[in-house]
Amino acid sequence: MEPRPVRIGLRIFSLGVMAFLYIPLAVIVMASFNASRIPTWPIKDYTLHWWSLAMHDQHARTALENSFKVGLAATAVALVLGSAAAFALSRFRFFGKNSLSLLLVLPIALPGIVTGLSLLSAIEYLSLTPSLVTVAIGHSTFCIVVVFNNAVARLRRSSSSFEEASMDLGADGWQTFRFITLPNLATALVAGGLLAFALSFDEIVVTNFTAGAQQTLPLWIYNQFRLPNTAQEVNAVAVFVIALTAVPVYLAQRLMRESGGIGGRG
Amino acid sequence: MRVRLVLAAVLVSAMAVAAGCGSSSSSGNGGSGSNGSSGPSLPQSIGPLEGSLNLIAWQGYTEDNVVKPFEKQTGCQVNVKYGQTSDEMYKLMQSGNYDGVSASGDASNRLIASGLVSAINTNLISDFGDISPQLQSPPHNTINGVHYGVSYQWGANILMYNKTVVSPAPDSWGVIFDGTSYKGKVDAYDSPIYIADAALYLKSAQPDLKITDPYELTQPQFDAAVNLLKKQHQQIGNYWSSFTAQIQDFTQGSIVIGPTWPYQLNTLKAAKVPVEAVLPKEGATGWADTWMEYSKAAHPNCMLKWMDYATTPEVQAKTAYTFGSAPANPKACAILDKQVKNYCADYHVTDPNYFDHISFWKTPLSECGDSRGNTCVPYTEWFQAWTDIKNS
Amino acid sequence: MSTPTASAPFGARRRLSAFFYRHRWLKLLALLIPPLSWIVVVYLAALVVLLATAFWQQDELSGQIIHTFTWDNVRTVKDDPTLHAVTRQTVQMAVLVTITDILLAFPLAYYMARVASRGVRALLFVGVLMPLWSSYLIKAYTWRLMTGDAGTINWALAKIGLGPLHIAFTTTAMWLAFTYIWLPYMVLPIYAALERIPGSLIEASSDLGGRSWRTLRSVIMPLALPGIAAGSIFTFSLTLGDYIMVDLVGGNKTDFLGSVIFRYQGIANDLPLAAAIALVPVIVITIYLLLVRQLGAFEAL
Repeated sequence: MEPRPVRIGLRIFSLGVMAFLYIPLAVIVMASFNASRIPTWPIKDYTLHWWSLAMHDQHARTALENSFKVGLAATAVALVLGSAAAFALSRFRFFGKNSLSLLLVLPIALPGIVTGLSLLSAIEYLSLTPSLVTVAIGHSTFCIVVVFNNAVARLRRSSSSFEEASMDLGADGWQTFRFITLPNLATALVAGGLLAFALSFDEIVVTNFTAGAQQTLPLWIYNQFRLPNTAQEVNAVAVFVIALTAVPVYLAQRLMRESGGIGGRG
Repeated sequence: MRVRLVLAAVLVSAMAVAAGCGSSSSSGNGGSGSNGSSGPSLPQSIGPLEGSLNLIAWQGYTEDNVVKPFEKQTGCQVNVKYGQTSDEMYKLMQSGNYDGVSASGDASNRLIASGLVSAINTNLISDFGDISPQLQSPPHNTINGVHYGVSYQWGANILMYNKTVVSPAPDSWGVIFDGTSYKGKVDAYDSPIYIADAALYLKSAQPDLKITDPYELTQPQFDAAVNLLKKQHQQIGNYWSSFTAQIQDFTQGSIVIGPTWPYQLNTLKAAKVPVEAVLPKEGATGWADTWMEYSKAAHPNCMLKWMDYATTPEVQAKTAYTFGSAPANPKACAILDKQVKNYCADYHVTDPNYFDHISFWKTPLSECGDSRGNTCVPYTEWFQAWTDIKNS
Repeated sequence: MSTPTASAPFGARRRLSAFFYRHRWLKLLALLIPPLSWIVVVYLAALVVLLATAFWQQDELSGQIIHTFTWDNVRTVKDDPTLHAVTRQTVQMAVLVTITDILLAFPLAYYMARVASRGVRALLFVGVLMPLWSSYLIKAYTWRLMTGDAGTINWALAKIGLGPLHIAFTTTAMWLAFTYIWLPYMVLPIYAALERIPGSLIEASSDLGGRSWRTLRSVIMPLALPGIAAGSIFTFSLTLGDYIMVDLVGGNKTDFLGSVIFRYQGIANDLPLAAAIALVPVIVITIYLLLVRQLGAFEAL
């Protein structure tokens, strides 16, 4: 147990960091009600204009839907591939194992512009038409590592003895997976999936290189900033998205906590 | 730093086309449908519509209030890819996936030179004769009397300043090129084409350089402009590329002086920000956009129909209002002035003399277009110089 | 739980699982091939081709890439003083942002993992996660508003009788914005690493007379290091590759590596030179990854 002054110091410092994280968000929320067409501070007059504009904006809605589609597809691919890689790495020993983790990290560690450029060259080389599908393919590539890391950390903590016991007791591979491995892994997958989805949802650089005519939300926002009369609408959309995601993020966190007993704090 | 030039190809072939293309744009040639007897044979009517149209446009040029009625009228379903910069638009056109583009002058000559856009029979554009004479056959879209598109919108790059900070009121670009009074609070347009603004200033400030056209610079003239911009770099707070950002900077006082478009000026004035703008005594550069048709367009008839439609006063007015620009067709003023008081006067749409002070963007080519021959600095070198300027 | 009856699908499944159990290497292959081929086919192949382009030439007339080996592009990158300056600017910022984020994130993560009650911890965890959901672009624009001369920061300073500061379009503004935007990516892995340290280990240390400082240095830090290293992969490489913040917050006055690559590819259409410039961040990041791998970063991402 840390001495009391240390704990108080930590609490104050943490409060400060959280304030640093949330003051800009508060500014965004307030800006979404700013009557001025220009971002100004302090705000003099308030309006619901941007909100009503955002609620009726078909382009914004389509972009939001596209982002959800891409995010879900990329997360699904990442969940399958990421957990498969995690199993392989944590339950087997094989040649080149260490290089594999480096390989998986690469798409996220290399600058988005390098990843984007590579994918663009590949798309052009294969004469694919850029679309939401190519965006999703690009996103899954750097989402795999997020799922992988969460899954591999959990698998490493939980020994394989439970699985062996299950097999010894006569369960087949599927049953062992369904009733032992998956529940153990579930929370890690939720956490990894959430992060992967968040990464995809907000990605702009790779998206810019791989997208066709259909816009995702970040692309819509990027373009919207150039429209002087309606640029401030983006703040309302941003606040709407935060509000929309707050509930699932909180629920996911609860879920992780409730079933997070295995291998938790000792 | 060097850029090896892919564009070199374009520029070489450009010389052939550009030969004879004079530098003076302000007089125009009346543009009465000289549909290029020497050029390729042009369609004499708009054929059956293809039901689809793929465009590259500046954001704001293809808003729903413009596109939806067109789709209804013609059955041509419009898909738009927004271009962020002239250079990106040029690249998108090379992909061959689009029927047309709203090209600015710094892209249009490249598009013409590389054969990416086709000549247009202006007789098929019903309101062509109503376009401002100076924009019917400007050098950025008309070569040897052959029209490669129809003008859409334009704006001038004037000098804006904060009245409470900048004193005395400036009347020359010298205040941002040679002055040091507003260090860190000056902005500049973020594009290689901005080198022309420095050249335009030097044209008056250093007559011994003998600059005749800010887009046609010999090596010593070009070097002088680049050096001026490197010196200016120490004064710069921000290089802007989106006008919303510039509006924000002037509102907040982070920037107090710099080149702008009428739109920012009017928006800021409406928001009671103490700004004013002048057309400096040296004149100003300006941008003018042209709808151009891809030479191998999959939907050429829908594209022609679009150009016809885009020239009508109603569409010109709608886009001018959304984009904050001056319409190429002054007939739009009747609608615009009803919407915003003095719109056309503020944007100088109906002032024929105003054009004389504006040097519209066009792509710099190594062929100077006059007796100097092939000694001018091409755009590719403007491009590499820009990277050096920003990191100087 | 289903009872093991001898239903047909069950029997088949059972045989299959028994088969895999006997041939473990087959199971390994089945697990390994999908993710590996995805990465290799979708990503690595494309990346290798891109980087190979750096050693190819471009036909000056047609703009076509000719597959003839040349050192020209790489030599240009190596010898160009402007690019040296750009690389220095970019790496400096990435290091600065990473260090600041570690300093901010570690105490917070420590508080979350070891001091806060369960409820507070859950709240903080969601609190750190939430900002990831608000658009990067909008946050960047908001920092432009906040760092403006008449922006939120100067407004707040004036309220307490300080300022005004001129941080608009400075490196300071970019540093603040980068630090802010990537902070959650640093907090989460450090938190995960700290949370894994068994409390008994720390108790043992203090039982053995280790003072708090000593426990922190000898017990906690070594175990937290992989988390810090993992977080730094995000903060370092996300900063290194960024080009949007330079535009929105930095006033576009100096270039980052990302901005130069973007311009040479997208605007000059000179892919070989863009690829040669892209080699710089690829090399920097690879060295960085090999370094942090030694610290166990990959186990803690």
